[in-house]
Amino acid sequence: MSVDTKTVLKVAHLARIAVGQEEAARLEGELNAILGFVEELAAVDVEGVEPMTSVVAMSLKMRDDVVTAGGDAAPILKNAPASEDGYFLVPKVVE
Amino acid sequence: MSGAATMTDLTALSAAEAAAGLVRRDFTARELTEAYLAAMEAARDLNAYVLETPEQARAMAAASDERLARGEARPLEGVPIGVKDLFCTEGVRTTACSRILGNFVPPYESTVTGKLWDAGAVLLGKLNCDEFAMGSSNETSAYGPAVSPWRRTGDATPLVPGGSSGGSAAAVAARISAAATGTDTGGSIRQPAALTGTVGIKPTYGRCSRWGIVAFASSLDQAGPIARDVADAALMLQAMAGHDPQDSTSVDLPVPDYPAAVGASVRGLRIGIPAEYRLDGLSPEVAALWDRGIAWLKDAGCEIVDISLPNTSHALPTYYIIAPAEASSNLARYDGVRYGLRVGADDIVGLYEKTRAAGFGAEVRRRILIGTYVLSAGYYDAYYARAQKVRTLLKRDFDLAFAAGVDAVLTPTTPSEAFAIGSKADASPVEMYLNDVFTVTVNLAGLPGISVPAGLSAAGLPLGLQLIGRPFGEETLFSLAHTIEAAAGKFTPTPWWRG
Repeated sequence: MSVDTKTVLKVAHLARIAVGQEEAARLEGELNAILGFVEELAAVDVEGVEPMTSVVAMSLKMRDDVVTAGGDAAPILKNAPASEDGYFLVPKVVE
Repeated sequence: MSGAATMTDLTALSAAEAAAGLVRRDFTARELTEAYLAAMEAARDLNAYVLETPEQARAMAAASDERLARGEARPLEGVPIGVKDLFCTEGVRTTACSRILGNFVPPYESTVTGKLWDAGAVLLGKLNCDEFAMGSSNETSAYGPAVSPWRRTGDATPLVPGGSSGGSAAAVAARISAAATGTDTGGSIRQPAALTGTVGIKPTYGRCSRWGIVAFASSLDQAGPIARDVADAALMLQAMAGHDPQDSTSVDLPVPDYPAAVGASVRGLRIGIPAEYRLDGLSPEVAALWDRGIAWLKDAGCEIVDISLPNTSHALPTYYIIAPAEASSNLARYDGVRYGLRVGADDIVGLYEKTRAAGFGAEVRRRILIGTYVLSAGYYDAYYARAQKVRTLLKRDFDLAFAAGVDAVLTPTTPSEAFAIGSKADASPVEMYLNDVFTVTVNLAGLPGISVPAGLSAAGLPLGLQLIGRPFGEETLFSLAHTIEAAAGKFTPTPWWRG
């Protein structure tokens, strides 16, 4: 399988990364090199093989359903590029 | 200070030697830290540190001196270390060497670094790495490449220290930190360790907490140390390992006494030599080094057995589906809203797209796009689901070898020695990926792997051997690596950077 420039632009939009036409053309070649490299997996016999979900056999631990952190907006907002009144600021989302 | 020892000499001590010297009161933690701060200043051409923290270092050293005076020394009391810039350090800028994190100052401490401070270690600064740990040469860092302290004999061409933990490896090799933390997703501890003549161990998945470490590929990422010798690596891992309720994939198993495993007999251990690792393109020097390693372990009483890991050739393609897929998901959080860089736009999607285009470097953008593609509707089964099945087969290869009685597997760490900075700039991304051909399988199978220096190339550059262990078989790896170290010796670069 390979991608064309149109697909590169579509994927870039899905990934929310602005990509211009010129960069898309370059990425097309790079992504196809990588896709060509991983192509050999299509020939591996995986019939009846379970996909890996965890490399170490373990079950998740349970804990009490209690609040352990939160309610402290100041340190969280400290690194925000824009904030006001305890909220993150973004361009208008809802009309 | 005792005898004729100078401040500079203190940096020649290993972490274990320095810790012992501090307990004996041969010198103070302040003196040791000052010696390192001076050495760091003289080594700035290496670009190993992206942030030096001298004030914090001095304060931590002073606190260590108080403990030492009270006779309350902890295992790493007063030992100055560097931290890869992927670990969040409370109140100390953490960037993953990416523009997108800008001047992010974490309000919390990663579990692993917190454990190191609890063991008495002193923070010298944050170390250079590939952006978001994506690279094998430290050349994708937003701060520019770290430079290896090693040069070819009679040749001043700057070489890569490997990656992604390139700053960590360069700092330890150049003796501007007694030891360092690293992270390893596909070889990022072991490959730079091999290229710089240092020891690096990636423990079993789950041995160290990932909490507070900037995530790349969560099912593969593990923290581990880069150190000057096997004893120091054991000492560091002892402090770093352990269960953490804040990382649900961290394993609740007791941490063994790793330093005690260094020097233990390896007689009777069965060492597997995988036929599939004898690649056609393997450098003859590396092949000869591997044979020497086999001979050393045989001389020490190990039983050498030929084994087969038939799916080995599928490891890199599997990795380059799974790692970018997880990265594309993990890196979705960098949106220009909550921290780091923000490029303004009229609408929210424009803000995301412009911020991420400006903040991520070329390799990171490439991997996010590949990851997004292989996870997208219509391609998920062909790529991602299939790769996860092949991952099961890769792990099964090792399971069968271990079930047949193999205690550890010996391979080269890298297919070749360090290369020149910029020399692969025009190559396909795939060529750079081949650096990790011997290391990625270990991450995919979740196993522990250690790289130990085993010799120098004809050009005078370090080469390493890798030992792969059973799950939670780190002690066996320390014993075996020490056997190789005892036979091969230790390797230190000539300090040309001091001018």
